[in-house]
Amino acid sequence: MPDLLLELFSEEIPARMQAKAADDLRRMVTDKLVAEGLVYEGAKAFATPRRLALTVHGIPVRQPDLKEERKGPRVGGAEPAIQGFLKATGLSSINEAKIQSDKKGDFYIALIEKPGRPAIDVLADILPVIVRTFPWPKSMRWGERSEKSGSLSWVRPLHAITATFGLETEDPDVVKFSIDGIETGQTTYGHRFMAPAAISVRRFEDYDAKLLDAKVVLDPERRKDVILTDAKQLAFAQGFELVEDQTLLDEVAGLVEWPVVLMGSFDADFLSIPGEVIRATIRNNQKCFVVRDPKTGKLANKFILTANIEASDGGKAIIAGNERVIRARLSDAKFFYETDLKTKLEDRLLKFENIVFHEKLGTQGERIKRIERLAAEIAPLVGADVDKARRAARLAKADLLTEVVGEFPEVQGLMGKYYALAQGEDAAIAAACEEHYKPQGPADRVPTDRVSVAVALADKIDTLAGFWAIDEKPTGSKDPFALRRAALGVIRLITDNSLRLSLLKAAKSALSGLSGKAAVDAEKLPTDLLAFFADRLKVQLRDQGARHDLVDAVFALSGQDDLLMVVRRVEALGKFLDTDDGKNLLAGTKRASNILSIEEKKDKRTFDGAPDASLYKLDEEKALAKAIDQVKSEAGAAVAKEDFAAAMSAMAKLRPAVDAFFDKVKVNDDDAKVRENRLKLLGEIRAATRAVADFSKIQD
Amino acid sequence: MDALPAHMRPERSFQGLILTLQRYWADYGCVILQPYDMEVGAGTFHPATTLRALGPKRWNAAYVQPSRRPKDGRYGENPNRLQHYYQFQVILKPSPPDIQELYLKSLAAIGVDAAVHDIRFVEDDWESPTLGAWGLGWECWCDGMEVSQFTYFQQVAGVECAPVAGELTYGLERLAMYVQGVDRVYDLNFNGREGADKVSYGDVFLQAEQEYSRHNFEHSDTAMLFEQFKMAEEACRKYLAAGWREGSNRKEHLMALPAYDQCIKASHAFNLLDARGVISVTERQSYILRVRELAKACGEAWVHTEAGRAV
Repeated sequence: MPDLLLELFSEEIPARMQAKAADDLRRMVTDKLVAEGLVYEGAKAFATPRRLALTVHGIPVRQPDLKEERKGPRVGGAEPAIQGFLKATGLSSINEAKIQSDKKGDFYIALIEKPGRPAIDVLADILPVIVRTFPWPKSMRWGERSEKSGSLSWVRPLHAITATFGLETEDPDVVKFSIDGIETGQTTYGHRFMAPAAISVRRFEDYDAKLLDAKVVLDPERRKDVILTDAKQLAFAQGFELVEDQTLLDEVAGLVEWPVVLMGSFDADFLSIPGEVIRATIRNNQKCFVVRDPKTGKLANKFILTANIEASDGGKAIIAGNERVIRARLSDAKFFYETDLKTKLEDRLLKFENIVFHEKLGTQGERIKRIERLAAEIAPLVGADVDKARRAARLAKADLLTEVVGEFPEVQGLMGKYYALAQGEDAAIAAACEEHYKPQGPADRVPTDRVSVAVALADKIDTLAGFWAIDEKPTGSKDPFALRRAALGVIRLITDNSLRLSLLKAAKSALSGLSGKAAVDAEKLPTDLLAFFADRLKVQLRDQGARHDLVDAVFALSGQDDLLMVVRRVEALGKFLDTDDGKNLLAGTKRASNILSIEEKKDKRTFDGAPDASLYKLDEEKALAKAIDQVKSEAGAAVAKEDFAAAMSAMAKLRPAVDAFFDKVKVNDDDAKVRENRLKLLGEIRAATRAVADFSKIQD
Repeated sequence: MDALPAHMRPERSFQGLILTLQRYWADYGCVILQPYDMEVGAGTFHPATTLRALGPKRWNAAYVQPSRRPKDGRYGENPNRLQHYYQFQVILKPSPPDIQELYLKSLAAIGVDAAVHDIRFVEDDWESPTLGAWGLGWECWCDGMEVSQFTYFQQVAGVECAPVAGELTYGLERLAMYVQGVDRVYDLNFNGREGADKVSYGDVFLQAEQEYSRHNFEHSDTAMLFEQFKMAEEACRKYLAAGWREGSNRKEHLMALPAYDQCIKASHAFNLLDARGVISVTERQSYILRVRELAKACGEAWVHTEAGRAV
């Protein structure tokens, strides 16, 4: 079966758009083919800076013929209906229609046969539409034709379209169409500088090969391989190690058609700038890799660039040029860094008074003061020095106003640490400047230094409380202020560090610090926020493979705002439910709950309150009542000591009594008084288990 | 091309580089203009670009434009950053189909050999919030150095470009540093002479950089600048309102250029105030918006003038 080759040759396509564009092209063409009844065998798309290419192989020569029966009006029906039917079906006279009968009588049937069209004609129809409606993130008009409305939009000016269709063994045909004056053909062009001449191509195999001859590596994966392998080798040969960077590699591969990897160096004096800043400078501005000394892990004064050309001087001029630019960039970075060092972090704070954090939550200055107060409150609870926590919170955001962070936002926090150390701050305070942003996501490290922890908690809780107060909560997939991440950060800070903290109290305190519009219902909101934490905790535990229903069972008890205790309870409960005692007790408790709720519904009353011991008739009742009393006091004492495992063991003692009760005792006794008493006893089982969790929330 | 005397060769002489570019684009058919006689932040602000990019008439022009970016001053201490520098600006409307090749040939003309250097077109979506303009194009890199900006204008002064103009902006100092092989802008050979006759870029501009940096960062009269901004804004509106030909029912405008001058003035006053750090982040946005509104109103007026409207 024949294959399609399609190439859209244009001016340079932005690197970041290439992969998706190739994918979109493949998807759009193949979807359309399938919709047209042309089921293909395989398809692959590629992108370089100057071309999108697609090969689809095994396309049938023609669409299958379509046969369709269409039901028409009744025989002898009104003339307009018959005329309409003829028009719709293309029949020239009603005599060409067949007549069929059903219960209502005779009616006309038209047999429409739609012969399949040649695939090449179908392609000539669908390809121009795809080009015109291609989903570039940003597209543009150009040239003479842009004077008229409706001219073609493309990511950058489109120059040529190659579109061929045919069998492997024959010369393919050109899929003929034209868009905005561009006629399809079989001509493409090689590397812009090394092989700019026109190339005539037939099908994908010779297209790919001829491009390679013309210094174009079509497949981006292959370009990445070349770059990575050569870069590693170059570094290794000099005794260094490449600092790998996948995002940069993807981008660089989208900037060249013919990668040539070269190494340059810069003045070792620049190594006095923090390594992260050197890397950011070289990577962001110059799209070059950095290398490190494998022994020390420190950056070396080398960089690796990827050129798009085999230069006639072997790359000397290219290396020299890049070295010059990098020297200039690094001297800028050094200037920024040294300028920053001249101003103390606290002297920058005044400027925050004029910087709006959020229109309803005031300035950054106000926010920093809130975090400072909250961090000082949290500090003693997490074992941090109060003064250090306060100082760290005060300085932690100051680096946002430094030159280096202005230039490279990705080093925020880190620069704060460097500048804090440089001005002689305590190591814990400096560390907090960096670490208070952590953890940024589920894979990020959780700080352990107590000062960092206090500021990190204060920062996140202030954010959460603030956005909760102005009702900017996450909805569905929308979470513009990354509040889910903040909540998860709080959870991980607390649980990983085994901290005891009342979230309700902290949230209330954070809310009380808000002024103006944001100052709100301080009673309801913290509870609402706590529910959000519960949700996040569930997600977190589920991701770790724990049972999220146990989180519900624990949060259903009142006053659970100490996340560490919640987690400990959940863990103990999980272990307990894995034992036979646990499973049976859960079954027994659920049975008790079920009976109770049925009977409560029937009687339209609840069966709370202590049972009357004088009404016990059977030994099993007495035994259960005794067991409940014992378990209540034992489990209660264990919970008070936060020994949840012991509480569970105590719980286990309830099981034989519950089992025996259900085995031998008929709850709905004929004597109403006895029945009520037994129902109350069931209520006691439920109450006893609530010492550790609400068993009714646990799924079977 | 005629053999150039040594002192005019672009790889030896800053002025030689400029003259070579002028010659190249003159040979292509561009009108070679002189710099606009006002303080602007970039060559794009020249009415030969901002206003001439609008409307259907063909327009091919090239010129040098001194550009002032008060914030970029470094007291003459940074080897690359200047608060005053030169741009070479080419505007071709409609953008010709071979504009990339034309550009590459202009590089060849100034001695950048594409067989030895790594020339690249790297995505750069250009947007000027103050001009209400945007376009797509690239930064043109030569061995990792951005030497030009290349933009297909899509919209200028709030008006859709029809047809689209191609804009090339050469950073002259950077290019010259490149072709002269110099690391510090002040070391550029300005006049292409050697020995006692040599005049360097530093001889011409170092003192100016120091003085203007002092002015821009420390001493500029902010009260006056605030006032100037306001006055320019008011004048711009006044001229625009007065420019509609009577009885033309706002179909014909007679004073778009003088009004636009005031828009340029307001923009420069803002840049100076910004360099002094006296405009807060929130205010900053509103100043940019105010300049944009002026630019848009000027664009609207321009397309109703002789040069800006359809025939």
